[in-house]
Amino acid sequence: MQSDLSALEVRGLTKRFDRPAVDALDLTIRTGEFYALLGPNGAGKTTTLRMVAGLLRPDTGSVSILGIDALADPVAAKQIMAWVSDEPMIYDKLTPLEYLEFVAGLWGIDPMVSGPSAQQLLMSLGLEPHLHERCEGFSKGMRQKVALAGALVHDPRLIILDEPLTGLDALSARHVKGLLQDRVRAGCTVIMTTHILEVAERMADRIGVIAAGKLVAEGTLTELRQQNGRNDTSLEDVFIALVDADAAAA
Amino acid sequence: MSSATALSWFARHEIRLAWREWLAMIAGSRGKRKRAIIALIVFVAIMHLPAYAVIGRFADLQAPLGKPELIVITATIFLAWALMLSQAIESVTRVFYARADLDLIMSSPANLANVFSVRIAAIALSVIGMALLLSTPFVDVLVIGGGVRWLSSFGVVIAIGLSAAAVAIAITVALFRLIGPRRTRLVAQIVAAIIGAGFVIALQVAAILSYGTLSRFTVLTSDAASAYAPALDSPLWWPARAAIGDGMVLSWLMAGGLLLLGVVMAVFSPRFADTIVSVAATARTIRRGPRATAFRGGSRQQALRTKEFLLLRRDPWLLSQSLMQLLYLVPPALMLWRSFSESSDAIVLITPVIVMAAGQLAGGLAWLTISGEDAADLVATAPLPPSRVIRAKIEVVLLSIGAIFAPLIAALAFASVTQAIVTALGVIVATVSATAIQLWFRVQAKRSQFRRRQTSSRLATFAEAFCSIGWAATAALAVSIPIAAVISGAMTAAILAATWKISPRRG
Repeated sequence: MQSDLSALEVRGLTKRFDRPAVDALDLTIRTGEFYALLGPNGAGKTTTLRMVAGLLRPDTGSVSILGIDALADPVAAKQIMAWVSDEPMIYDKLTPLEYLEFVAGLWGIDPMVSGPSAQQLLMSLGLEPHLHERCEGFSKGMRQKVALAGALVHDPRLIILDEPLTGLDALSARHVKGLLQDRVRAGCTVIMTTHILEVAERMADRIGVIAAGKLVAEGTLTELRQQNGRNDTSLEDVFIALVDADAAAA
Repeated sequence: MSSATALSWFARHEIRLAWREWLAMIAGSRGKRKRAIIALIVFVAIMHLPAYAVIGRFADLQAPLGKPELIVITATIFLAWALMLSQAIESVTRVFYARADLDLIMSSPANLANVFSVRIAAIALSVIGMALLLSTPFVDVLVIGGGVRWLSSFGVVIAIGLSAAAVAIAITVALFRLIGPRRTRLVAQIVAAIIGAGFVIALQVAAILSYGTLSRFTVLTSDAASAYAPALDSPLWWPARAAIGDGMVLSWLMAGGLLLLGVVMAVFSPRFADTIVSVAATARTIRRGPRATAFRGGSRQQALRTKEFLLLRRDPWLLSQSLMQLLYLVPPALMLWRSFSESSDAIVLITPVIVMAAGQLAGGLAWLTISGEDAADLVATAPLPPSRVIRAKIEVVLLSIGAIFAPLIAALAFASVTQAIVTALGVIVATVSATAIQLWFRVQAKRSQFRRRQTSSRLATFAEAFCSIGWAATAALAVSIPIAAVISGAMTAAILAATWKISPRRG
């Protein structure tokens, strides 16, 4: 279910802290695509995604989300986007349902729609027994699931996830992966960073590899293998070869 | 490693932890520590002036003392003891709930009774250390004015510190047994707040009821107090006698303090492990919210406001902190009630107390709503401009302050409409000032860091305090000497303007 309109178009995106974190990055992600952004620690993945989500102002460059200039009209861009970080940021004193009610309220969703949707989401993530419990006693995996449900309750068209599977057990990870794949099938676009290469290998339509703030390779797994000159290698081998080559070039 | 070596090693570890916690509390980040310690030394040096004003006249006191002097000194020592007890209860609760090393200690092969004895001693040490630091200007003034015999006051501080730590541990462990670990954290904090403020307030209440004044000394130096006080040779006066240089009594006090702490260590150290296990189990207990499933409608700001009110209501720590502020409203409320039956000029004193309490409470609430955002990324990625997020949060502060202070001001209007209007204006200005300062100096943090909120900006903390005091003084003067209020108001506005000028959010 892919259309011609890009879900995300990033041009010349640059951010410097002590050193360049993201260096004139160009990135195009098609609508309805599951895109995995890989890279070693400190490569600039999170910084890139935080700029796209409007959490960090780029030094230069442009960000377009489904045709909306996210820097010129951040509110319109945020209305159709969701962000989930690796550290689930929820309120300990709220129950999952209260949290989702708050998120739905922030996005201005009709309560007649968001109420049932929230219940459905929490149930599909296996949180039904905990709907009315405060989040303060939840494990990291449960908190991550609540945060994910919060990201999905307003039915975003672009979902950005930074290491969403960290801390999840196998069953929870499967729940989350299933939910994300359902969203992609429904036409939603998912951009995800992960260090679990097997997840990227199995789920992503395309994979981007970023190193030192630059995109060093991009394509389907087959295309990446071809770029690496070997058709029988795993994504892990391809990733290490790409990152090593970039480090050697630097 | 022998048992004694292991214990001394653990004691060093505890002292290092306590020192670093204290530094973090005072200075925040490592880079600011040097400056913070210099500022602290300057602060202690400056404190000699108010110390001289308060107790300079007592430096010449010589034994034997009369009952009024003994009552005043004993009451002052008891106040210090109550404050130490309050701090010690807070420290003990923190050891139970907040230390990240409990799992490590509990899983180690060390003798837990010994380890927790050291921890109890460390609590006592930190309480005494802080008390010695705060009492230094006062003792210095007495030594300079009355001779080295007053140095024995430091001994009294140590002795009452030992007993305060011992009683704090006994109270906290008893609370665990009586009401269970889950409620203990909240109740212990409330008890700490009440103990810290209770004695002063009780004296003020007695002064209001008996003499129609807010002055505590009126009660302490009254004939009635002397009549009810025990005989001059009573052990009740030992702390006062020790403070003015009675070495023998001081020795008894020190021995008593050490004995009490030793007994508490022997009785409670073996039970600490059980208590901590109870707390760990409680951390996994389930607290349920309402069972309603239908979502409410409303604007995006309304969603933010609802969330903030819900979090404030469910935050027991904030509750205890707020209680501390509101406790100080008890005497003026009582004064107000008295003024209905008897006309009294002292009612003017209500205005600054209310205004100051509003400013302080607004500062805390503003920090919680504006800076203390646990899901900062979520709110930042929501489709509404940051200005509307901030506006909704400010509205929560203003509505909360309004709800707390409106009844008091309405009651004041029955006594004096003019004073009620001035007080209302003072509350509004103090609230807006405190909120603005929090806004200018906001640093994103977790709500659980509330206790350390002052470390993010020492400047903001002082500005907030000075503005609260300034607006309280302005409101009081507006009721009594209006022309002086103009000067006081201008000075406070200048402090606020200067704070804005140097704030990181300027522009």
